Amino acid sequence: MHSTLKTSFAALVAAGVTATAGFADGHASLSGELNIISDMSNPAPRAVMEGLAADFDAMHPDLTVNLTIVDREAWKTQIRNALSANPPDVVNWYAANRMRPYVDAGLFMDISDVWEEEAFDALASTKGAMTLDGAQWGVPYTYYQWGVYYRKDIFDQFGLEEPTNWEEELANCQTLLDNGIKCYTIGTKFLWTAGGWFDYINSRTNGYDFHMELARGEVPWTDDRVRQTFANWRQLIDMGAFIDDHQTYSWQEALPFMVNGEAAAYLMGNFAVAAMRDGGLGDDQLDFYQFPVINPDVDYAEDAPTDTFHIASGATNVDAAKEFLRYVTSAEVQTAINAGDALGQLPVNANSSIDDDKFLEQGFDMLSNNAGGGIMQFFDRDFDAEMASVGMEGLQEFMVFPDNLDDILERLEETRQRIYN
Amino acid sequence: MSVTPAVPSTHASEPQRGWYKRNEIAITPWLFLAPAILFFAVYVIIPIGQSFWISFHEWDGLGEKTWVGTANYERLLGWGDQNMDRKFETSFWNNIKWLVLYLLAIPAGLFIALFLNQTVTGIRFYKSMFFFPFVISQVVVGLVFSWFYLPREGLLNAILGFFGAGPVNILGDPTLATYGIIAAGLWPQTAYCMILYLTGLNAVDPEQVEAARLDGAKGWKMLWYVILPQLKPATFIAFVVTIIGALRSFDLISVMTNGGPFGSTRVLSFYMFEESLSEFGFRMGYGAAIAVVLFFIMLGFITYFLYSMYRDEKGAR
Amino acid sequence: MFPTPLEKTSRSWQISYQVLLPIALIIWLLPLIAVANFSIKPESDFVNGNYWGLPGSFEALNNYGKVFFESNMPRYLWNSLWITIPTVIGAVALSCMAGFALGIYKFKSNLPIFFMFIAGNFVPFQILMVPVRDMTVSLNLYDTNLGLVLFHIAFQTGFCTLFMRNFIRALPFPLIEAARVEGISEWRIFLYVVLPLMKPALAALSVLIFTFIWNDYFWAVVLTQGPDAQPVTAGITEFNSQFRAAYHLMSAGSIVAALPPVLMFFLMQKHFIAGLTLGAVK
Repeated sequence: MHSTLKTSFAALVAAGVTATAGFADGHASLSGELNIISDMSNPAPRAVMEGLAADFDAMHPDLTVNLTIVDREAWKTQIRNALSANPPDVVNWYAANRMRPYVDAGLFMDISDVWEEEAFDALASTKGAMTLDGAQWGVPYTYYQWGVYYRKDIFDQFGLEEPTNWEEELANCQTLLDNGIKCYTIGTKFLWTAGGWFDYINSRTNGYDFHMELARGEVPWTDDRVRQTFANWRQLIDMGAFIDDHQTYSWQEALPFMVNGEAAAYLMGNFAVAAMRDGGLGDDQLDFYQFPVINPDVDYAEDAPTDTFHIASGATNVDAAKEFLRYVTSAEVQTAINAGDALGQLPVNANSSIDDDKFLEQGFDMLSNNAGGGIMQFFDRDFDAEMASVGMEGLQEFMVFPDNLDDILERLEETRQRIYN
Repeated sequence: MSVTPAVPSTHASEPQRGWYKRNEIAITPWLFLAPAILFFAVYVIIPIGQSFWISFHEWDGLGEKTWVGTANYERLLGWGDQNMDRKFETSFWNNIKWLVLYLLAIPAGLFIALFLNQTVTGIRFYKSMFFFPFVISQVVVGLVFSWFYLPREGLLNAILGFFGAGPVNILGDPTLATYGIIAAGLWPQTAYCMILYLTGLNAVDPEQVEAARLDGAKGWKMLWYVILPQLKPATFIAFVVTIIGALRSFDLISVMTNGGPFGSTRVLSFYMFEESLSEFGFRMGYGAAIAVVLFFIMLGFITYFLYSMYRDEKGAR
Repeated sequence: MFPTPLEKTSRSWQISYQVLLPIALIIWLLPLIAVANFSIKPESDFVNGNYWGLPGSFEALNNYGKVFFESNMPRYLWNSLWITIPTVIGAVALSCMAGFALGIYKFKSNLPIFFMFIAGNFVPFQILMVPVRDMTVSLNLYDTNLGLVLFHIAFQTGFCTLFMRNFIRALPFPLIEAARVEGISEWRIFLYVVLPLMKPALAALSVLIFTFIWNDYFWAVVLTQGPDAQPVTAGITEFNSQFRAAYHLMSAGSIVAALPPVLMFFLMQKHFIAGLTLGAVK
């Protein structure tokens, strides 16, 4: 896999040079150092990021690109420190409300001027997710659908079909459980995976608008509609649908359950496909379906988180940083880095092409044609950052001890009142 | 200035040199102490005061500090119409668990020391192998134990399974997780106490032991009335290092559970770090307030340690 | 001697003791043995569920090779070295001088200063964290080895001074008086009379501080980030995220991170234990 990546990047260098030649004319040649801190620490994204930095470095002979890759989970606690104490030029982060603390603290640079360039018209669909207070604070480099990845061979073995509604979902799950297979694997050690479940069950139960009202802190956590969400979720928990001890595993550590057939499905983002393939699952064993309908009165809403690059307000080489953002969002680079053998995700540039990969095609089709309710960024990006942190801890607790629900909701409500008032 | 002749200039420096010579014994210690005191003051003594000061402010570590009086402490302890900060409450009680249970390292260390205090061939090898967990960093100890505890893959559950018990998911169970981490911490700490006692046992007066034996003292009685009193200095040091170790439990928690599951393994040192450097905004003031509480818990012990040492100093004179 | 020497006990206990000894050791080191075993296993063992059995094939070279050639671990080890060694030198130098001052001279504030060093050595790190971080940032030393070194020197000076002062106290004082009578200046006494006698203390303290600083994690996380300056204790988390769920590689990485102090201990065992147990006997 590594060798294929390398070849694709070699090709990319050639393509990149011609593609960005147009930009290079308008700008003085870049020099000095460009410091990038990236959180793309999983094997496949890591290779992509290293390739990007190396190519950008090669394109600008007078510029030295210094890339630091940090643990993706640890970065969530380090980013503020990095931006304030020792700012690099470019950092990775997430779109939407998750940018809020850094925008408010003045740690991200306003790059609205870059967004006004003509080339950025191709990114128009993502502009909203990058906008806070009427300005743009970074650029997206990838987004991906969420949904249920499942073992097609196991479903076939028991004559199961992709469920389209909650009854079918529960029936499928019961069949699997009767045959000693868990319906879902999940690893909640780093909490956010539980957020995906909440997003889906809540938006399918109460609709996109309600979900976003809750995210904005306009609805109390103790609301009956929220309780209905948890009641639906609890049906699965009480059946024993999820693997045991998930609070101890990272999402990667939960993968083997699916790979070796102890669990049949995984509610995940498309980035997991690379890891599943690495684990030995072929495309004939692996398939994807959209999270089923729960309440027929509400439209599908989908999680499609956007990952981003930002320029630190304390950046020293702003010209090079902006050029790097133009480079990663250009159509060619977008096509290459999001390909199935690289990130395996969706490009943000309308002029780039989606790789010939069944999951990417299904995902793109789902997000374009079957997400009438709306697009959610993800629990920890739509909710206020602190609310999300306390909230996900509660979700994890709920998945292990559903009886604690009242106490959990009370605690979340207390936090909501403190944060939003 | 006019050129000064050579002769008066030596004269002028003569009394100076004389003054230094006369006061050499009084001045030298201060010259020797100066660098150490400077460093220690700048990095240790003054920051303690600053932390107190910061704990009365709201501060994001960047801009201006805003004076909020005792508001941080009020939120922490739940004065007035608010509830006590639940994370603080959990952390505090976990700290107490750490303090109490960590002391088990002392009897456990004594037990192993007694077991190993023999002169068979190869005993030196055994002693160093028993001791060496202490030199492994707490980060690695934490990783080692978190793999040991893994619910399916871990060796612990393999062993329990062999005896028909388990499986248990120690780090995933909020009622067990803290104890699991303490057990991991006890491993190197027991090794430390063991080595202290081994050294202490070496110095036990053999004549007293023989005399007591002639008097018919054996086993527990001998240990309690004859040996332990002689091990008092070792016990004191073991107590000091164990208490300090218990309150510095940050590394293990951060590596093994990161405070989870559902925040059940937080202690004050970890919570303070979380609040001060949190993703959604540095709360240096609130963090400093937690640190101050932790400091006061420690202060009780420090006072006791210093008092004991002071007594010994006086005795030695 | 207590407990009763083995020679004087019953034959059956002598035999049981000899049998118990290795068993006890294996139980004691079990978690570590399991990890060492993990680190030489092939990946396929974990897929097949062979977690605690013998390795399916011997992959030590492969696994440890990955640690050294396909990750940032060498860089982290290098950083650790450049944090640890200057700290050892600095802390030992400062505390030698301070210990000399407090151990030899009688002056009014001698005891209060001595107790200040001891007390400071006991305080929880967290009470220092916010101001020290702030100071390091404003000195432009954040995320540098020097920033960590300066703090470590200062903090370790507390413990080291306690150690040195007590050691110097135990030296024969008449020696110094004799030198004074000879008219030797005070700093020469320090350099030529006291320092040579302190060799065992210097050795003991150096290995101790080496271990303490190598194993530090908290300050590494507070004052540095990323492979530029972070020591191996903090770097191991980045390494683990690169190989998350690859237990064989994570184990190999952990063992590499733990090794230098372990080697130090086995090579300098006598000094190490002498340092640790100072004061355990009267």
